Amino acid sequence: MGLSTVRSESPPTAAGAAELLHAAATDGTAVRIEGAATKQWGHPGADCGLRLSSGGLDRIVEHNAGDLTAVLQPGVALAELDDALAAEGQMFALDPPLGAGARATVGGAIAAADSGPLRHRYGASRDLVLGVTVALSDGTIAKAGGKVIKNVAGYDLAKLFSGSFGTLGMIVEVAVRLHPRPSSQATATGTIDDPAQLAAAASLLAHAKLELQSLDVRWRNALGMVLARFGGIAAADQAVAAQALLREAGLQATVVEDDEPLWAAQRTAQRGPEGGAVVRVSGRPTQLADACVAAQIAGATLVGRAGLGVSWICLPAAAPGELVTAIDRVRKVLAPSACVVLDAPAYVRTHLDPWDHVEDAALVLMRRVKARFDPTATCNRAIFVGGI
Amino acid sequence: MNPTHSPTATTTAAPPAVSRAPVTPKLLERLRAVCGGDHVYTDADQLRTYESDGLLQYRSTPGVVVLPGTSAEVRDVVRACCDAGVPWVARGAGSGLSGGALPVEQGVLIVVTRMRAVLEVDLPNQRIVVQPGVTNTEISLAVGPTHFYPPDPSSQIVCSIGGNVAENSGGAHCFKYGFTTNYVTGLEIVLADGEVVRLGGKELDHPGYDLLGTFVGSEGTLGICTEITLRVIPVPEAIKTMVAFFDTTSQAGEAVSEIVSGGVIPGAIEMMDNLTIQAAEQAVGAGFPIDVGAALIIELDGSRAECDACFDDVVAICERRGALSIRIARDEADRAQIWRTRKAAFAAMGRIAPNYYVQDGVIPRTKLPEVLARIAELSEEYGMRVANVFHAGDGNLHPLVLYDGEPEAERAEELAGKIVEACVEAGGSITGEHGVGVDKKRYMPSMFDEPDLAAFQMLRCAFDPRGLANPGKVMPTPRLCGEVPGPYRRHPLERDGVAERF
Repeated sequence: MGLSTVRSESPPTAAGAAELLHAAATDGTAVRIEGAATKQWGHPGADCGLRLSSGGLDRIVEHNAGDLTAVLQPGVALAELDDALAAEGQMFALDPPLGAGARATVGGAIAAADSGPLRHRYGASRDLVLGVTVALSDGTIAKAGGKVIKNVAGYDLAKLFSGSFGTLGMIVEVAVRLHPRPSSQATATGTIDDPAQLAAAASLLAHAKLELQSLDVRWRNALGMVLARFGGIAAADQAVAAQALLREAGLQATVVEDDEPLWAAQRTAQRGPEGGAVVRVSGRPTQLADACVAAQIAGATLVGRAGLGVSWICLPAAAPGELVTAIDRVRKVLAPSACVVLDAPAYVRTHLDPWDHVEDAALVLMRRVKARFDPTATCNRAIFVGGI
Repeated sequence: MNPTHSPTATTTAAPPAVSRAPVTPKLLERLRAVCGGDHVYTDADQLRTYESDGLLQYRSTPGVVVLPGTSAEVRDVVRACCDAGVPWVARGAGSGLSGGALPVEQGVLIVVTRMRAVLEVDLPNQRIVVQPGVTNTEISLAVGPTHFYPPDPSSQIVCSIGGNVAENSGGAHCFKYGFTTNYVTGLEIVLADGEVVRLGGKELDHPGYDLLGTFVGSEGTLGICTEITLRVIPVPEAIKTMVAFFDTTSQAGEAVSEIVSGGVIPGAIEMMDNLTIQAAEQAVGAGFPIDVGAALIIELDGSRAECDACFDDVVAICERRGALSIRIARDEADRAQIWRTRKAAFAAMGRIAPNYYVQDGVIPRTKLPEVLARIAELSEEYGMRVANVFHAGDGNLHPLVLYDGEPEAERAEELAGKIVEACVEAGGSITGEHGVGVDKKRYMPSMFDEPDLAAFQMLRCAFDPRGLANPGKVMPTPRLCGEVPGPYRRHPLERDGVAERF
């Protein structure tokens, strides 16, 4: 199928999206559902006949400041949302890197389950989405959850669709939980050139009686840094306490009050350079030093959520064949931790399984879920685990 | 989730189960072979113990009760049920309040209370691995005193973690800390066809669909969990607890809104109205004034510096909103007494009314005054008193409809139903933490339309196409699963094995 035959649609209504999906399912067309297309992850997938964009669904439907909730269409840019909420002293605590042109959308971030440093305190997209409305390939529009913070009525399809990469249907609306913006912020940082000591210091903070907003590490050019951020009235006091702990652990420590650039850099480092690759490692906090060593050996940089055990290893640009070899090596060193390839040239995502390994029994169940929600494999065909 | 629900039971006929194969002598023999004869109950007296869960209005007698002791035994029991085509229901401590563990009449009831092992405590990774029969309280004990497990339903001393997973249980501290679903990182489950599936683990972000998050809160309809991995967190450095008394619940509600919108997220923020205060004070004698309109319990926790700074703000807000008096917990004993008063609220109702019906609705917090006014109207219209207890931070209401004996039971339930409708009309939910079970399924259509229910059924059919796991719960009407329409088409990459070659 040539490029010229690919249609693009940005329906302005959920019903429009559902109709397009249904029509595609009926005539066997594969549909690529996308937001701002800042994340080309997963298998390259099947050639699609229709690009279905959330660009026409870009309204903030409700901002219920008093309830700390919002109802959003998927095409709302995270950056715009943040500006709108800041006006009321609130935030949507999902802060993944915003990608090219800072265009990443609410729907894309949720569908890809992308996350940023705020995850340490506020959780991932799965923890922040209260309700979801989806357009399915049978032409129906279904909703689950609600728009209140607490709700156990019905199945939690919001979690099923978070991280489903558009393979079950298109998210056409979400209700999310908001948080107050911290009145002030401060960060304690500590540096050291030994991965084990770096990990030990991060662990000390993760277990300390401090209320961390974010707890990150980075490893770059044989030097590691722990970054502990605090928010609230006593942010600076807490950062000083964290600084003392970092020194106790043998690190060169300091407190940074104007800390925004530090954290912007952490987020940016989750994304790969053109021609490079990013591997997301699902490890345990106690395996952090191993991940740093793996990055070092591969000539890569690493950023990680130290308290959560999730790290991003960013391999510099190289010939695609060399990237495949380097990723294989990282996987071997860090096995059995799942090492999912995110940003990477299509060649790389074709020549290895970007999703690494899913246990057989779980994969069978995932195929059954896909078969029920999208029996015609219309939505984002063949991009997901096991070729779903 | 309070186990002491209703002083006397009213009997309502169990909902008709979808007709299924009965428990045969052959199945019993197989169950005995799996679990041992001592752990398979068939005597009428033994069965009667299990005919209700915490919601005594519903009764249904299982054909057999089995108490497996290991994951493998659960798997083999489920396989036996599958082979025999007999529906089954999983049950933990049976303290749930929505009839979620109500047996299928003459079906199999799988009780996990023998599976009480803490399998692993991994504090460096802030994880604990447990069997489903472990109680909620035992988890915090196992990781203490340095760590704790935040979700704390009122029934935490007895309720099982397996039941918490099924119901996605909450508690007083979930406004700040989240619910069960935010703490489960791994599960081993047995599907209705007897397949064992591991979802997640100690690590986050396993590739693939978040079936873990989908399973939690599915009320035992997608399978049964046999092993649970939970995240635990360090105990806060400081905890400061106070209770402020107001003339009206509206004033207390305004204080809540101002506290939360000011950027403070209290560890817990709980409201009791006058009737509840009277009952709880009679039971506990904590010295709460019984002539006030509302008591607001506020607990701040976190770093000492942050707690101290916020506490003064919170006190100032309460005073500004007309607090009549404020009692600050002097020490741990004082704090414990304040919480005992709150947690005794349900049980204490027995002191002021012969019977009560617990409701569990959710509203957007800002709708509190209008919904409370509506509840007061309904109370007057029905001539029945309604006591109110709220998890005020997240808008979760527990109105308690007080009534006197069997003749009033039906009207009490009707009134409780109208309260749920008012919650939905206000943009809320029919249940915040007790679950749908059998009790709330008739209200599902007030929140969900046909396409929504159809999507729920798609999920159900993916996990349990024969509908053997806890049938007759959650969904308002019984549904069957059709065959998957059309073959699932594999991508050429996958068919050729390319996608999995490496």
